[in-house]
Order: sequence, then C-alpha cells, then structure tokens
Amino acid sequence: MMMQHIERAVGIGGRNGGNGFGTEAVRLAGRASARILSRYGVLLGFLALWQVAAASGWVNTAVLPPIDTIAVALWKGLAGGSLLGDIAISLQRAGLAFAAAVIVAIPLGLVMGQVRAVETALDPILQLFRQTSALALYPVFILLLGLGEASKVFVIFWATLFPLLLNTISGVKEVDPKLLEMARVYGARRLTIFRRVVLPGAVPSIFVGLRLGATTALLLLIASEMIGANKGIGFQVMNAQYNFQIPLMFAAIVILAALGLIANQALVGLQRRLCRWSNSVG
Amino acid sequence: MATARGGEVTIRDLSKSFTLGGRQLAVLRSLSLDVRSGECLVIVGASGSGKTTLLRVLAGLERADGGAVAIDGREIEGVGEERAVIFQESRLLPWLTVLGNVAFGLEVRGVPKPEAEKRASFYIALVGLAEFSDAYPRQLSGGMAQRVGIARALTVQPEILLLDEPLGALDAMTKISMQEELARIWNEEDVTMVLVTHDLEEAIYLADRVLILPKEKGKAARLIDVDLPRPRDRSETRFVRYREELLREFGLH
Repeated sequence: MMMQHIERAVGIGGRNGGNGFGTEAVRLAGRASARILSRYGVLLGFLALWQVAAASGWVNTAVLPPIDTIAVALWKGLAGGSLLGDIAISLQRAGLAFAAAVIVAIPLGLVMGQVRAVETALDPILQLFRQTSALALYPVFILLLGLGEASKVFVIFWATLFPLLLNTISGVKEVDPKLLEMARVYGARRLTIFRRVVLPGAVPSIFVGLRLGATTALLLLIASEMIGANKGIGFQVMNAQYNFQIPLMFAAIVILAALGLIANQALVGLQRRLCRWSNSVG
Repeated sequence: MATARGGEVTIRDLSKSFTLGGRQLAVLRSLSLDVRSGECLVIVGASGSGKTTLLRVLAGLERADGGAVAIDGREIEGVGEERAVIFQESRLLPWLTVLGNVAFGLEVRGVPKPEAEKRASFYIALVGLAEFSDAYPRQLSGGMAQRVGIARALTVQPEILLLDEPLGALDAMTKISMQEELARIWNEEDVTMVLVTHDLEEAIYLADRVLILPKEKGKAARLIDVDLPRPRDRSETRFVRYREELLREFGLH
C-alpha cells in the first residue's frame, strides 16, 4: 500500500514537469529504505534500545555494556589477533565434525531410505541414540577419547549426525511414488531411478538436514569448549566471564552469532544453486 | 489407420481381483478383447468397474490373476519399450525443464543426451510448447504440464499409447482443446491408443470403438463401434445419438 502511494505521488510530480531524474532517484531511495526498514526495523530497534539503556544507565553496564564498547572489544580482539586463534581452532573442530557427519550420514541415510531391511534393523538403536542427549554422553566420550581434540570433535559429530541422517532418510522416503512409477514405465532400472528420481527429489530435505546440522554443530562446539578447553570461541565466552571482561565475552558471542549466520547463508546459497527448480528455498 | 507397424493387443480371459478388508473383490472377470493395430479404443465404465486396473495390467504395472495379454503375439511380462503411459497427473520431474522431462524417457532407455533432446524438441513443438522448453514444471498450467507428459510419451515412439484419464484433472475449456489435440496427435502419429475416461463425450469424440465395462457381476462388457467421420462434430445428430446410447448403457437415460 505504502509503495503505491509513493508511486502515485511521484507520478503526479512527473506530470507537473518535475525533474524526472530526481523523482526517479527519490522513488528508488524510498523503495530501498522501506524495504530495509520492513526487514531490519525490529532488529535496529532492539540494538538502539540496548545502546540507550546502557548509555543512560538504566541497566548495569558492568553486565550489559553499551554496544560501542562491545564493538571496540571485538575490533581489538580481531585486529590485535587475540581472537583469531580461537576462531581458527573452533572452525577446525566444528568443520571436521560437520564434514565427518555429512560423509557418514548422507550415504547411510540414502541407503536406509531405500532399503527397508537396513532401516528396520537400524531404526531402534538410532532412536535410542537420538533421544540420548549428546551432552549427557560427552563425559563418556571424554573417558573414551581423553580430554583433547578427539572427544570434542566426536561429540559435535555425534550430535550433528542425527538431524542429517533423519532428514536424508525422510527425503528419500517422501519422494512421490507416482514419479517412481513413471520412471519404471519408461524402463528405468533401480540404479537409474535412484540417480535420476530419488536423489534429486531428496535434495531439498537433505538441505534441511544440513542447515539443522550446522546449527547443532555450533551449539555443541560451544558446549564442548566450555568444558576442558583452553582455546576456542566457547572457551573465550566462559573465560572472559570468569575474568569479568564482559565486553570481550559479548564480542565472542557476536562472533558465534556471525559464524551461525554465515554458515546458514552459505547453505542457503548452495541450495539456491542446486534447487533452481524449486521456489521454496527460504 | 491399420499399418504394418504393430501395436496389436490380444487380451484373453483376463481376471484380476483385489483383497479389500479381508474380502476378495473381483474387478475384472475373464475379459477377452482384441485391440487393433493403430485404432483408438476408449474404455468407459463406472468407478469400480476396473477400467484403470485393465489399463495398468496392459501397462505392465499390475499382474493379472488369470488370463494373458499379448502384444503383437508376444505375451507381456511387466513394462515394455513398445508401450508408453500417460497418467491423470502429468508426473513431471520438478527439477528438470520441459526439455529435460520430455527427453527423460529416451535417456533412461540409453539414448545419448544430445540425440534424446533433439527428438524431444520435435515433440515439444508438436504439442505447441516450443517456447517453454526451458521452463520448469511449476511454471506451467495444468494443461501445459499434461502436454509435456504427452510429448514425453510420444518421444519414445511407442506402438501403443496407454492413457489413464489423461484429461480428468483439467477444466472444461482446456479439456475440449486437449481432446482436439489428442485426436490430431493420434491422426499424425502412427500409434494404437487405449484411453480410459469417465467422460462419455470424450469417448465418442476420440474412439474408433468404445468398450463399456459393467459394474454389476455377471454382465458382459460391451463394445460399440463409433462410425463417425473425423474431425468429429459434437453437436451433430449422430454424435448426440451415440451419446444417448452410452448414457442408456449406464441406465442414465
């Protein structure tokens, strides 16, 4: 509605001999700012509220420092290099675990979705493992693998495995049987049907699994780094809090949020490329 | 239309029943029928009369309990390259373009992609969708999607085209234009057509012969020759008379 009003107003201006270029620019600028406002307005309001509340002393700035102080701490940490090492080690842990989960879960899920016997045999143990919190198992992994990198990567891998596996299985199983029948009518054999119908049909669901998996990987990364680590973003959050370096703590949290957003955006971008045929990529 | 190309179907004593809630439900009872090479046979019948089952047996998607189906003298076992099926839903692969979908049938039969796409393009043009070659199924209307399905079936150049209520899901206007389209395609392509429908006018418009499958047990299937010149005129007296005859068969007139 608002856009229509602006356009109409500009149209009248143009008829009255107004500067065509100027009105066009105003129209475009108005459109762009309206779009930004409708999308990011609430977010900007939240940040503004935080800043005002901290700057005017409504809240204890020792606990909730103003945003500019957090920004300075973040800049110092990144430019000074002290946080870069933490980011690198965290990315390595989460990346390794995520990659391993993808390599195991997607092929396994494809087989489980296709071969009833495999699914029947594996489903009970899968349900048991899935319902057991990975965090509850972390002490077990530490006992088995030690307090070093292996147990951290493994607990992230473990938790990431399930959303990937379950979404791959359901993606395969939910492929329209009418499409499978169509392929059969044209004489397609099982492997061809799998390659040309089942696999592409399961891709959107696999991407749901990848995005959930990425979120899970970051969640478990932080949890594992809060126990028995001396490096990493999760460690920094905890450590800064112990030492009462609250701006640094928030800076580390901001980095975590950014990692999550970047991972999700990257997956959405990849999905858009692979699933041009579908308009449901959100 | 009879040619030396084949596409002759011989059905002998075909029977098929389903188990429904522990009860045996016979849908086809020792049906015998010859479909001539190059003819257009339309199967009508009330729901539950087994018309779709018959088509699915011919397609090789269902196994008969008794009797046999032979094509050009050879008994069928499952699906075969000389047959193509058009379903009520277009059943297009949403991740392939129109071109990709139409070429799909040839590609799974081992024709190299460039050759498959060349032949697909010909049939896409035949159904009037040349401009939509690069479109994805979600961008097409129901009628257009069904045309793509028809082109995909024609591209494999079957001797027998099996159509299971292909226009059943379309609106009335699209349906009429698609019936004309099917009549034209059948005329141009050297193919035997077996079409299932519940639309009596569609049956008379397209058929050389109409097979009426009875719903009541014990009643025999009936064949009616539609002896009308083509292209057919729906408002012509004789056309209307055939329609009344069919309605009477269903006890509706």
